[in-house]
Amino acid sequence: MTETATGTATGTYLIRGAAILGGDAEDLLIRDGVIAERGTGLSAEGATVIEAAGLVALPGMVDIHTHLREPGREDAETVETGTRAAALGGYTAVHAMANSNPVADTAGVVEQVHSLGRASGWVDVRPVGAVTVGLAGEQLAELGAMADSRAQVRVFSDDGICVHDPVLMRRALEYVKAFDGVVAQHAQEPRLTAGAQMNEGTVSAVLGLAGWPAVAEESIIARDVLLAQHVGSRLHVCHVSTAGSVEIVRWAKERGINVTAEVTPHHLLLTDELVRSYDPVYKVNPPLRTDADVQALRAGLADGTIDVVGTDHAPHPSEHKECEWAQAAMGMTGLETALSVVQETMIETGLMTWADFARVTSTVPAAIGRVADQGRPLEAGEPANVILVDTAARWTVDPHKMATMGRNSPFAGKELPGAVVATFFKGHPTVLDGKLNTPYRYAADPAAAGSSK
Amino acid sequence: MKHLLSTENLSAADAIRILDTAEEMAAVGDREVKKLPALRGRTVVNLFFEDSTRTRISFEAAAKRLSADVINFAAKGSSVSKGESLKDTAQTLAAMGADAVVIRHWASGAPHRLAATDWIDAAVINAGDGTHEHPTQALLDAFTMRRHWSKLHGSASTGADLTGMRVAIAGDVLHSRVARSNVWLLRTLGAEVTLVAPPTLLPIGVEHWPCKVSYNLDETLEAGVDAMMMLRVQGERMNASFFPSTREYSRRWGFDDARLHALDELGLKDTIIMHPGPMNRGLEISSAAADSPRSTVLAQVRNGVSVRMAALYLLLSGDSREAAPMPGTARSAKESN
Repeated sequence: MTETATGTATGTYLIRGAAILGGDAEDLLIRDGVIAERGTGLSAEGATVIEAAGLVALPGMVDIHTHLREPGREDAETVETGTRAAALGGYTAVHAMANSNPVADTAGVVEQVHSLGRASGWVDVRPVGAVTVGLAGEQLAELGAMADSRAQVRVFSDDGICVHDPVLMRRALEYVKAFDGVVAQHAQEPRLTAGAQMNEGTVSAVLGLAGWPAVAEESIIARDVLLAQHVGSRLHVCHVSTAGSVEIVRWAKERGINVTAEVTPHHLLLTDELVRSYDPVYKVNPPLRTDADVQALRAGLADGTIDVVGTDHAPHPSEHKECEWAQAAMGMTGLETALSVVQETMIETGLMTWADFARVTSTVPAAIGRVADQGRPLEAGEPANVILVDTAARWTVDPHKMATMGRNSPFAGKELPGAVVATFFKGHPTVLDGKLNTPYRYAADPAAAGSSK
Repeated sequence: MKHLLSTENLSAADAIRILDTAEEMAAVGDREVKKLPALRGRTVVNLFFEDSTRTRISFEAAAKRLSADVINFAAKGSSVSKGESLKDTAQTLAAMGADAVVIRHWASGAPHRLAATDWIDAAVINAGDGTHEHPTQALLDAFTMRRHWSKLHGSASTGADLTGMRVAIAGDVLHSRVARSNVWLLRTLGAEVTLVAPPTLLPIGVEHWPCKVSYNLDETLEAGVDAMMMLRVQGERMNASFFPSTREYSRRWGFDDARLHALDELGLKDTIIMHPGPMNRGLEISSAAADSPRSTVLAQVRNGVSVRMAALYLLLSGDSREAAPMPGTARSAKESN
């Protein structure tokens, strides 16, 4: 993604008096898709003025882990609805996971998803390519073809399923070095988690639900960081959920291993105590863990052991949740609540600043995905992917008011802090006054010829 | 009480009220006409997603003795892909005017879903859900133990709890809804519980349960036991490496003839042997033990009907704050089983 200011719909906007990364209030002049000026008392001539006193300006968030469901499960989510949710949540880029149907394991499918994203125009949609054909864990997909495609895939993942064969994992890690790719691992030892329904511990013992032990995650992470070290490649660990995993990643980083790790908002806030309700809205993979895990994940994110927040936004149609726990699908929506949950768990607890927030939600996820024009500093000359946040706002989560088609938010009814007031994507306001505005329109481009809906 | 979903949160007062009501119901079973008009015109649905003939007929007999209309709905093998969803089934039963749903389900928590959602407004009785709970089984076990314990002490069952009774439960605790329901209820009633199992068949987290845990059945017996409950063990578990072989299991954790004799040698002349059935004779219990005078297996079955009558009666007969008088059973039964 190298184009900037090639679009047709970008205007001139003066953001007046926003606290840049939560610091001093300054103005940002956005023109032709870039931040033209940053300073105080900037001229409003020819610009649409956005009064931002009291708001925090941050770089547009970049989700390293999103399920958009299209192609194949358009009853759950489409690229259009998922990216609307993303824009409302403060995102300007999302990485669309590969477990669609057909699986995103060829150049054709990733280019389709990429095109759908450009046609929608709400955020930059960066397809993730499958590591193995059909996510079957048997044979490498054509990683190079996906990397060279118009989608320029850099992140490869069989997310939802672990690349558990150690030889296959080794080869994938080695192979992606050819095009600066990264393997994003869903760490779950399959034999230790056959039929698993929830975190294995005191709650699962009482509820009689088959346990998903922490060791099933930790043993794979331990193996993979050693493999990454051995072959000198780049590993990303998806949705780290246990205290032990944090320890292993910390150890690996101390040894200089090139590993990055992600945590979801829900794992920063919720615990397996919620499963006592048997309400499948709390069913997710990896499962909600214990309070000790939650505290370790927060500490790990604060000290940099965990690099990024990824939503693992996983919308499901209601019938997949309105059933017995064991029958229910795993996953939770997250795009429209991520900022608020991170504010609640990391900023209001004093563990992080808004500058840290920008690092873990924008700068580093963009770097992991090699998204050149995202996660940039809010400085003159940089692409204008900017959000404005009302950090004093408080709101009650109502899944029925969300843009995502998924109603499966585990935060329903919860009061959370922080609201996205505006999102600028490539200099264009996709969200204004907390509501969807209009999508960014790319300049005439064969990839955008097809319409998504 | 609107529902009977688990024993975990059942108060001692509610538990004793159910047991006391069951004593009165037992008297009905001893009469020539085994029938009360208490639930005339009420509809009880037995919704079984898993085969269990004995539990179903026990609930059916209980409902019929209370003059309720009984509908048996076998929804075995139902899944989202090939059958009707639980939600649709529940809404169908609601539309038909079910007053109570007795649900047996292979999925832990399915009865909680029925009770927590607005799919159906009926009283929900958990007749066994996955590896979670089986509260009426625990109540009938407690009823059986209470009669024995009271008789030993020469006191009446009614109003009593199980304070001081030593109960050992041996077998596949990990997969047992009977064990879970019993541990909570026996704790509430004041009994001292010891679980005996191979470490592979105990859940992670069992150390937080209100009971002792042992890997050694013989030591548990030597320490003194008033009720020895054996749990059914599925032979297939050995294929998942829970234990090496059924023979080894039987030697270490089965209640075999040697252990039956050991009760006598240990002077435990009043210890009863319990089993929720169906039994694997020769695996977790020997035939001699199952058929010995100590065995309460058939009494448990008989008491099951009384306990389920009590549960249905208390959930469906309106005011459940205090024990309502029952027509025709003014005198409480003093007869032991």
